[in-house]
Amino acid sequence: MDTITLTIDGQQVEVEQGATLLEAARELGIEIPTLCYHPSLSLHGSCRVCVVEDAKSGRLLASCVAPVNDGMEIVTNSSKARIARRTNVELLLANHPNDCLGCDRNGTCELQDITHDLGITRIDFEGEVRDLPVDDVGPSLKREPNKCILCGRCVRVCEEVQGVSALEFTQRGFESIVTTGFDLPQSEVNCANCGQCATVCPTAAITENRCREKVWNVLDDDSKHVIVQTAPSIQSTMGEEFGMEPGTVVTGKLAAALRRLGFDKVFSTDFAADLTIMEEGNEFIQRFKGKKKLPHITSCCPGWVKFCEHNYHDLIENLSSAKSPMSMFSSISKTYYAKKMGIDAEDVYTVAIMPCTAKKFEMNREELQEGGLETDAVLTTRELARMIKEMGIEFSTLEDEEYDSILGTSTGAATIFGTTGGVTEAALRTVKEELTGESLDRLGLGFDGIQEASLEIGDQTVNVVIANGLANAAKILDEVRAGESKYDFIEVMACPKGCVGGGGQPLPTNDEIKKKRAQGLRNIDESGKVRKSHKNPEIKKLYDDFLGEPLSGESHHLLHTRYKKRDKN
Amino acid sequence: MKSLEELKKLREKAQKELQARKTENKAKVTVGMGTCGIAAGARALLKELMAEINRRNLDVIITQTGCIGMCEKEPLIDVELPGEDRITYGNLKAEDIVKIVVEHIVNGNIVEDLAIARADKE
Amino acid sequence: MGESIYRSHVLICGGTGCVSSGCKEAQDALVKELKKHDLATEVKLVETGCHGFCEKGPIMIFYPEGVFYCQVTPEDMEELVEEHILKGRIVQRLLYKEPTTKENIPSYKEIDFYKKQQRLSLANCGHIDAESIDEYIAEGGYEALGKALTEMTPQEVIEEVKESGLRGRGGGGFPTGLKWQFAHDTEGDKKYIICNADEGDPGAFMDRSLLEGDPHAIIEGMAIGAYAIGADEGYVYVRAEYPLAIKRLQNAIDQAKEYGLLGDNLFGSDFSFKLQIKAGAGAFVCGEETALMASIEGKRGMPRPRPPFPAQKGLWGKPSNINNVESLANIPLIIREGASRFNSVGTEGSKGTKVFALTGKINNTGLAEVPMGITMREIIYDIGGGISGGKEFKAVQIGGPSGGCLPENLLDLPVDYDSLIEAGAMMGSGGLVVMDEETCMVDVARFFLNFTKSESCGKCTPCREGTKRMLEILNRITSGEGRDGDIEQLERLAENIKSTSLCGLGQTAPNPVLSTLKYFRHEYEAHIHEQKCPAGACDDLLNGYVVDEDACIGCTLCAKACPVDAIEGAPKQAHIIDLDECISCGACEPKCPVDAISQA
Repeated sequence: MDTITLTIDGQQVEVEQGATLLEAARELGIEIPTLCYHPSLSLHGSCRVCVVEDAKSGRLLASCVAPVNDGMEIVTNSSKARIARRTNVELLLANHPNDCLGCDRNGTCELQDITHDLGITRIDFEGEVRDLPVDDVGPSLKREPNKCILCGRCVRVCEEVQGVSALEFTQRGFESIVTTGFDLPQSEVNCANCGQCATVCPTAAITENRCREKVWNVLDDDSKHVIVQTAPSIQSTMGEEFGMEPGTVVTGKLAAALRRLGFDKVFSTDFAADLTIMEEGNEFIQRFKGKKKLPHITSCCPGWVKFCEHNYHDLIENLSSAKSPMSMFSSISKTYYAKKMGIDAEDVYTVAIMPCTAKKFEMNREELQEGGLETDAVLTTRELARMIKEMGIEFSTLEDEEYDSILGTSTGAATIFGTTGGVTEAALRTVKEELTGESLDRLGLGFDGIQEASLEIGDQTVNVVIANGLANAAKILDEVRAGESKYDFIEVMACPKGCVGGGGQPLPTNDEIKKKRAQGLRNIDESGKVRKSHKNPEIKKLYDDFLGEPLSGESHHLLHTRYKKRDKN
Repeated sequence: MKSLEELKKLREKAQKELQARKTENKAKVTVGMGTCGIAAGARALLKELMAEINRRNLDVIITQTGCIGMCEKEPLIDVELPGEDRITYGNLKAEDIVKIVVEHIVNGNIVEDLAIARADKE
Repeated sequence: MGESIYRSHVLICGGTGCVSSGCKEAQDALVKELKKHDLATEVKLVETGCHGFCEKGPIMIFYPEGVFYCQVTPEDMEELVEEHILKGRIVQRLLYKEPTTKENIPSYKEIDFYKKQQRLSLANCGHIDAESIDEYIAEGGYEALGKALTEMTPQEVIEEVKESGLRGRGGGGFPTGLKWQFAHDTEGDKKYIICNADEGDPGAFMDRSLLEGDPHAIIEGMAIGAYAIGADEGYVYVRAEYPLAIKRLQNAIDQAKEYGLLGDNLFGSDFSFKLQIKAGAGAFVCGEETALMASIEGKRGMPRPRPPFPAQKGLWGKPSNINNVESLANIPLIIREGASRFNSVGTEGSKGTKVFALTGKINNTGLAEVPMGITMREIIYDIGGGISGGKEFKAVQIGGPSGGCLPENLLDLPVDYDSLIEAGAMMGSGGLVVMDEETCMVDVARFFLNFTKSESCGKCTPCREGTKRMLEILNRITSGEGRDGDIEQLERLAENIKSTSLCGLGQTAPNPVLSTLKYFRHEYEAHIHEQKCPAGACDDLLNGYVVDEDACIGCTLCAKACPVDAIEGAPKQAHIIDLDECISCGACEPKCPVDAISQA
């Protein structure tokens, strides 16, 4: 690869041909503000905030898209560049609600940061301001078009990373907006509710639909037995909300904080993840023995399930019928647990802390609302962090506490559910041991969007593939549909890198941060004594005392579900 | 289309269609079509002229004019070859047309016995 | 082809302009008359494309005499047949009347509008049957393609185009040969050539006229370009609002296929070319190359940053070359007759001719093809026949909505790419709007900015938000609510939009404001500081008229002209206008023999 030498702010730098000015500047440690640019997405070049001056021609170039040329002399902070940058930010602000104080992204808003960094204290432009209705009818996501700065990151992530294309630019010029097809509520289109749009949005134009009030109210209601379950990935992400390094394991602090919030019992979804492995692992064994269709496709990710229902409903039969850990937890909490505690099931109120916006949708699925087995409230990692702050709890200095038993006991296999490949690894640890008595320690997976592995089980080979990001999943599923797939077991997580990259996780986020979070979960797994779901003592007890066998009649009733075809729109 | 030659042939054929729109350096025949001319049979003359021009595949402008004041000599036609004097023929019958076309237009010889006037070239 | 020749050809303009002024009805009437007089075998009717003189439509030219009749009606046909065709007498009343001399001009070659024109790209327009490939071939059509394919290498074709000095006629003015060279030099097993017929400038219709009047020239130009760059497939991106152009072009494509001039192994070579039309939905921004390609691909028509340029990564990610209609229309001539035929016309930096669409307060509106380097004065006065209604010239807006307004002292500016840019305007696609003394320049700027604001795709911040803010300020100024600092605000926004917008639409959108601020700043100031519109055009700023009592001679003419009896005064006494009654219609002002009346 040829290299290019150029000068930026008086410093010479050598970069690869095809690099952008922004990349070259960052190489030198020179920061240029950006808004529409996102390292995981295609280049858009629309916000014109990253403009720099080409000293030779005097022209302004958008550094995020302008390629380097030999001998260029770039000034990133000439007065011309600064005035232009400032003018463009002011133009955005002139058409943006001036309500930072009450805004969900106050403190994490990139527009706010840039405004502050550029020292903008007054907006010189005035005139018409967009006034469009909020879309908050769906369970997962809220869109506030008035806060949108049309950077198009959500449009790109939805199309490029997720292959969903639920969002698009419509109208022209000043009337331009990002919206769904035919401007329908997001809940009525093919949106997977994954919330990746919310994680890339620089402002609060797309956020999760909150339900904190509901939880506060029930915590105050003495007639309810309010229990909480925390998803595996939260343990290594929550710390970020309180200034800790990404990947810091805060399991003990989380338990302490939740107890202080007033939950009657602090449990973990990890417990149910072990249960999922028991059911789903045995389901796979059945398929593998030829009793049901292969490949076996995981179904614990609600974004993926909805995507599948819209686009690959012909493969619904291949989806595991096992409920997700969250929903299994809720079912058990209202049957086995209630019985054991001697509480009326109707009084058990189950709150789930999830890294995910789609879990809010899952909770409301009609199949899961049946029989009084449902989850009662889903809070994202970010929402819980708000509540902890609201309570004035100094999270970072909390003494570690233990999760409660009986639904708080889990294994390392359950913890790695929170990262890409975790479900597969956890399942195969149990499957191999069930079938051969031999132990499987690790599959040795990384973090790529699509990863393959094969495993010898007895005299047979199990071919597995793991996809994270729905566009990656689509590639694998297209092969299955075309009959060209060699895989027996397919794991899909809607969000890049799995739940650590979930739509409800702390902001800001990027690939590096996600990897650190994932590493945090793997560290928990490595340090744990029990690393196989079937070795979880509370799970054994649950089967012995209540469910009988995996895939038994009672299991089917409580722990399995079904799916339906949805329009492709 | 296989060659430039083929195109050229096509072009020559097509150009014939456009003759009426090309007026430079071409023989011009003007038929007197005033009321007097028409009364004396100018229409028949015009038809005969056109037929003859067609038969011989000539590139000639055929135009018409009103009464030029020599009504007793109608039907009249003017023949004007490029760069030459305008010759007026009068008291024509349809059968005279062939002679004028062949002698004058094709061979460039004025048909003296039918000519009644000569005007200097413009 | 018919076996016999016709003694007379009647050319009827069937361009969109003449269709709307009623050429179809006139044509039907003519057919009936010819039949009635048994002339159907003697007289041939030819429906042509646009003659460019739409102001005078419907237009008919009677051959062999070449008599130009204009504004004909169905009722005129009987007289035309009986007089012109039967008796050879010109129907004087239907001839074109020169606006200055009032003289009747029988031959179109003698009409001032055409006399100063030099029609190279428009040569066939209005003179051949637009739906006949034979007539195109008769005029030398497809010879250039044959020559290129059988006698020239692609590089030789490119060299010839470079040598011709042809620059893009769509607005950018980029050298066409160089553009082809880039596309030629990019490696690729599949390449595309695209004709940009997304003509969108208000008032401009040269591309439409070319497509309607000489569609084969575009096809031939594209085929030559495809051969030069190594493409085998082409698209013509044309707005759906041009149904006649689409119909004629499709007809031409079908004929060319039938004749083996599109398809495989043309002229026995191994060059194959297929061509299709893509109808666009009429978004102005789709004239921008990258937006146009996105639109062909079925995506939203939004520009993307360049590089990569289309020559590197274009349609469907393949190397592509996009040329404007008028640029392509010049290609057959350049290849057939050589670069010198083209570059002997024009100036050092701008070769050949350019078609302009003359509109506004001018006598002869229409399409005029002129040699580059001609002065604005010649176009406006000699070809355009001067300002209509005897008014004074004020400014000319050149280059479409992204162009600039030039004042009277620049009338002798040679019209070429570089002089226009220097003066703050641009060649653009060749729109030329003439304004007289009654045009308010702030209002003009507002008009054009409203256009670009509405046509902004909304992708980049400066264009989307900035044009809106500029328009709001201009609206404020023209409605009498301008404030101190508005001009500076406009300048700041204009500078920002120009220097930071993503595509050409935004980068040029502020030009009308910048050029009017440059040449007519006093009009802005009068609006803001004196609450006056010097041209008397902005309704909200009209506060009635007043009489200078010292100058008034009491002739009473003004009082007689006033439609609301707002002027009082005895004869030979100074008159007074009652401002409560005055409706600011301005009827009194021109009547005053001593110029005593002015705006309040």
